[in-house]
Amino acid sequence: MTFATPTNLVPAQGAAALSANSEVPQVASFNVKAGLAQMLKGGVIMDVINVEQALIAEAAGACAVMALERVPADIRKDGGVARMSDPRMIREIINAVSIPVMAKVRIGHFVEAQIIESLGVDYIDESEVLTPADESNHINKHDHKVPFVCGCKNLGEALRRINEGAAMIRTKGEAGTGNVVEAVRHCRTVKAEIRKAQLMDDSELFTYAKEIQAPYHLLKETAKLGRLPVVNFAAGGVATPADAALMMQLGCDGVFVGSGVFKSGDPAKRARAIVQAVTHFNDPKVLAEVSEDLGEAMVGINISEIPKDQLYATRGW
Amino acid sequence: MTQEQQEQKQIRVGVLALQGAFAEHIILLNTLPQVSEAVAVRNAEEISKIDALVIPGGESTTMALIAERSGFWPALQEFVRTHPTWGTCAGLILLSECITSGGTLKGDQKLLGGLGISIKRNAFGTQKESFEAGLHVEGLEDAKRLFPGVFIRAPVIDEILKPEEVEVVAKLEQDYGKTPKGTIVAVKQGHLLGSAFHPELTHDNRMHLFFVRMAQDWIAKHQK
Repeated sequence: MTFATPTNLVPAQGAAALSANSEVPQVASFNVKAGLAQMLKGGVIMDVINVEQALIAEAAGACAVMALERVPADIRKDGGVARMSDPRMIREIINAVSIPVMAKVRIGHFVEAQIIESLGVDYIDESEVLTPADESNHINKHDHKVPFVCGCKNLGEALRRINEGAAMIRTKGEAGTGNVVEAVRHCRTVKAEIRKAQLMDDSELFTYAKEIQAPYHLLKETAKLGRLPVVNFAAGGVATPADAALMMQLGCDGVFVGSGVFKSGDPAKRARAIVQAVTHFNDPKVLAEVSEDLGEAMVGINISEIPKDQLYATRGW
Repeated sequence: MTQEQQEQKQIRVGVLALQGAFAEHIILLNTLPQVSEAVAVRNAEEISKIDALVIPGGESTTMALIAERSGFWPALQEFVRTHPTWGTCAGLILLSECITSGGTLKGDQKLLGGLGISIKRNAFGTQKESFEAGLHVEGLEDAKRLFPGVFIRAPVIDEILKPEEVEVVAKLEQDYGKTPKGTIVAVKQGHLLGSAFHPELTHDNRMHLFFVRMAQDWIAKHQK
C-alpha cells in the first residue's frame, strides 16, 4: 500500500514531489480526502445533537459540526450501547448548515459507515465514543469515498488507522469528561514517540515499527516529516478557551469540542470564545479577553473516578 | 521572465491565518524568488506590514466571524479594497459581491466584496463529490501544461455581474455531476484574483507566480 503525504502539509522535500498531482479527473482521491482536513485546520469542530445546536455552532464560527444523538457526557451517564445517529437527524443538520457535517460510526461497523456515507456526510468519525462493533478490526477506510477521522492514544495507533485509510487523526483524550488531562497525555505521547523515531537509524526503525505495531513505511515517513503524516486535531476533554489554546500550542492542527460547549452555562458564548482561542492560541491577551465571564463550564469528571471498563480511550486496536 | 519583471521589487505576501489552509500557501509562496517573505496575518498590525494578501481555503463563515469579532474586519476590508488580494475557495467567496445559493446563516454571511461576481457555494455537492481535474488557466507560465485543479466542496462563479471589468481566467474543461463544462472557476478584476480550486494543495506554484507577478505589476503602477 503506497501512501502520499497530504500536499504541502510540510515544505516539499526535493523536486520529486513536483508532478505528484494528477491532471486526469479523479474523484475522492486521497488528496481531496486529506485536503478537506487541511481546510479544517485552525478551526473548531463541535458536537451537536440537533439543528438548533448546529446553527448555534455555525454562528459561533465552528469550521464543522459532528452530528450525534447524545454528546459523550450523556452517553457516559446513560450507559447502554451507543450507535450511529438517526439518519433523519443527520440529514436535517446537513440541510441546515453550510459548513461540513461529520457523523460517528462504531469501530468496525462498516455498514453504519455505508449508511452515513449515503447521506452525504462530509467526514466519518470511526469513534471509540460509540460502543465498538468489532473488537479486532477497524473499518477498511480505503473502500469509502467519504474520508475518515479516527482517534489515537499513541503513534502506533495513529499509523495503524492511517494505514487503514484514515485521512485525519484526532488524539482521543477522554470524551465526555470536561477534563483535558488525557488529551494532553495522548498528544504528548504521539509527539514524544515521533521525536524518538526521528533519532533512529533504519535498522532501529524496523524494530520500533514492530514494537509500536506501526507499518514501517508510515513510521519512516512520519520520522522524515517530524509530524503525523495527516492533519491531527485534539479531542476528548476540551472545555475552555485555555484548554483549546493549550492543545494548539502543543502542536495540534485544530480542536474537537464535544460535551464542553452544550453542557456549559452559555453555549453560544463559550463556543465563540473557543473559536477565537484556537485562532489566537499564541496571544495570552486575546485568550484572557475571551475567557472572561463565560459562565459555568461543564462540571467535569476526574479520570480516576471512572471505572476502567468505561474509559473510551481504551477502545480501538 | 522579462527584463522588466526581473527588476521589480520583491514583495512581502501575507496569508490570512484566521482558519484554514494558510500554512500550505505560505510554503508555496516561499518557493518564489519574487517573494521576500510570506507570513501569517491575524490582525490589523500584521496586515499593515504586507504588500499583498492571500485568503486561503477553509470555512468562509468561520473566517468572517473571527475577523469581525476580533475587530479586524475593517482593516481587512480596507486592505482588500486597496491592495492586491487573491482568494482561493473560501477566499473567493469572501471576495465576491454576493452569494446566489448555498449560503446559510440565514443569508447573513458577511463578505469583503470587490469581485463583481456572484457565487454558488458548495456547487458540486458534499465531500463525496470533491475531485481533481486538469485546467487551462489563462496567463500561466507554460500555459499549455494543464494546471492540477483541486476542488474540495468547491464553489463556482455563478454569474459575472460586471462583465466589462471581470476577466475569466479558468473554466471547467468537462461536466462534473450537474455542473456543466465551461462553468467559470477563476476570475481576475483589477488587483483582485479569485479561484474556486486549491493551488495550495498542489506542488505546482504557477498560480502563485501568476498572482505575485500580477501584484508586482499593480504595485509598480499604483504606488510610485
